[in-house]
Amino acid sequence: MRSKFPNRWLPLVILLPTLAVCALFLYYPVAQSFSWSLYRAAFMGLKRLYVGTQNYVRLFTSPDYVHTIGVSFLFAGGVVFLGLSVSLAIALLANQKVRGARIYRVSLIWPYALSPAVAGTIWLFLLNPTSGVVNYFFETLFGVKPDWLTSGRLALLSVTVAAVWKNLGYNIVFFLAGLQNVPGEILEAARVDGAGAWRTFWKITFPLLSPTTFFLFIMNIIYAFFGVFGLIDVMTKGGPVNATNILIYNLYRDAFQHNKWGMAAAQSVILFVFVVILTLIQFRTTGRRVHYGG
Amino acid sequence: MAARMSPYKLRKRAFVVFTHASLIVLSFVIAFPILFALIKSTQTPAQVFSYPPKFSIGPGAAENYSVAWREYNLGRLMLNTTVVAFAVTIGKTLLSLLAALALVYFDFPFKGLIFVFILVTLMMPIPVRIVPLFDLVRKLGWGNSFWALTIPFLASATGTFLFRQHFMSIPASLVDAARVDGVGPMRFLWQILVPMSMNTVGALAVIEFVYIWNQYLWPLIIISSNKNQMIQIGLKMLTGAGPQGMVNWGVAMAGTVITMLPPLIIFILLQEQFMRGFALAEEK
Repeated sequence: MRSKFPNRWLPLVILLPTLAVCALFLYYPVAQSFSWSLYRAAFMGLKRLYVGTQNYVRLFTSPDYVHTIGVSFLFAGGVVFLGLSVSLAIALLANQKVRGARIYRVSLIWPYALSPAVAGTIWLFLLNPTSGVVNYFFETLFGVKPDWLTSGRLALLSVTVAAVWKNLGYNIVFFLAGLQNVPGEILEAARVDGAGAWRTFWKITFPLLSPTTFFLFIMNIIYAFFGVFGLIDVMTKGGPVNATNILIYNLYRDAFQHNKWGMAAAQSVILFVFVVILTLIQFRTTGRRVHYGG
Repeated sequence: MAARMSPYKLRKRAFVVFTHASLIVLSFVIAFPILFALIKSTQTPAQVFSYPPKFSIGPGAAENYSVAWREYNLGRLMLNTTVVAFAVTIGKTLLSLLAALALVYFDFPFKGLIFVFILVTLMMPIPVRIVPLFDLVRKLGWGNSFWALTIPFLASATGTFLFRQHFMSIPASLVDAARVDGVGPMRFLWQILVPMSMNTVGALAVIEFVYIWNQYLWPLIIISSNKNQMIQIGLKMLTGAGPQGMVNWGVAMAGTVITMLPPLIIFILLQEQFMRGFALAEEK
């Protein structure tokens, strides 16, 4: 039994600021999202009409919203698959005991500190159809100059690549931490038994790393759903023709450009349910917590 | 001696060379977009738009950086963002230290429930509460103000969790010793716990500073005047087409470099703590 300080009131006093902020600025607005989602703004926002579940019905029967859900999952799938495979490969190399390993590590993980808007701005310029460097390479190598941001599919690919690049640092940090926990003796034993590097990786390292991989899988989905607003706003504004209009961007437009607060609140609730499901899966599988960066 | 290496040693040597080569190439590929932005931020408009692209430092740096800093008001936005980022980082660290102290070193009713109450807020990123939060903050009269950017962000489930976890790994005999010596809980926190928690403090500082500095959606909607705006929104203005419908990319890249520098410096300074206090803690 851990010994404690005897005070009765002090712990509650020092917990109060945290609890007050949580209650007022987190729980209360989330609860309000639920209740507002049952209303519709009318008379230019001056009055609210109770509409029951109509906002949800309209969302799920609207081809545009269904398209937005599809785009979000495609984007998240790309971010997860590309992001995890590339950063795992890099982390495996950076985990080798070579000279200057610490310097390499910093030079691989620093994009963690970049903002999605910074990543978006730089990639907007790299992909510029006339003076961008990406098209210079493409023209030199393949003789084509694709319209990266004005064709729908390429635009989705472009924001995916930019989002993956920005998140590489985060993924590599956690893969490196995970790799440090893989016991060296097991790897050594496998080598002595004549297992090749490829087999050792798939039979030993990868399974031992699976908690990290799963944690990053969830975190990258969260990042793709919630963390890339700035990147989308700077690069495509959800366009062309909604091709990169992910759920959070659609929510922002309905709330603050079209003033459809009821519809926006319903979309918030849908996103909340999604987060809760992801968190429960994470909790059930690994018993570890998810950090959303707040 | 080197000439007569065993095949095993030779293979090992080759692997080391391969590792170095690929790490150097990968570091360069990851850094390329930033290096390109750095180079372009020094070029004149003619050089920026030249085709094929020029990869050399140009003479336009002073001009580009001063236009971004003055005409696009980035100087002011940097000041605003610095104040907000430090205020929130310090506030969050203090509040979560206090919360963790209460949760680990005291007994009171509903303790487990209160911890879960704090932890559950991890599932409440801004988008799931954005419309009511916007409404609430405006009703409090905080629209377009410093308070809107700081107060709602002061609670930290991440911080409370990390400090709680770290405190629980500290030997219990320490409290007994402190109590025998007549040390009260607050002095115990500042003089014993905090110095023992510097990795966690550093990790949390990086996470929160980077998070607040890089915030975009919330300032975009809640701050309406350029005078009070945050730096990320300034970036948006740099790439919004100017009066002639053309983006001045040299200036935009200068603005990008300015914007990313502070969190990058904090991250590089504290990356060791970040790794130990957060990434490795997460693995336990």
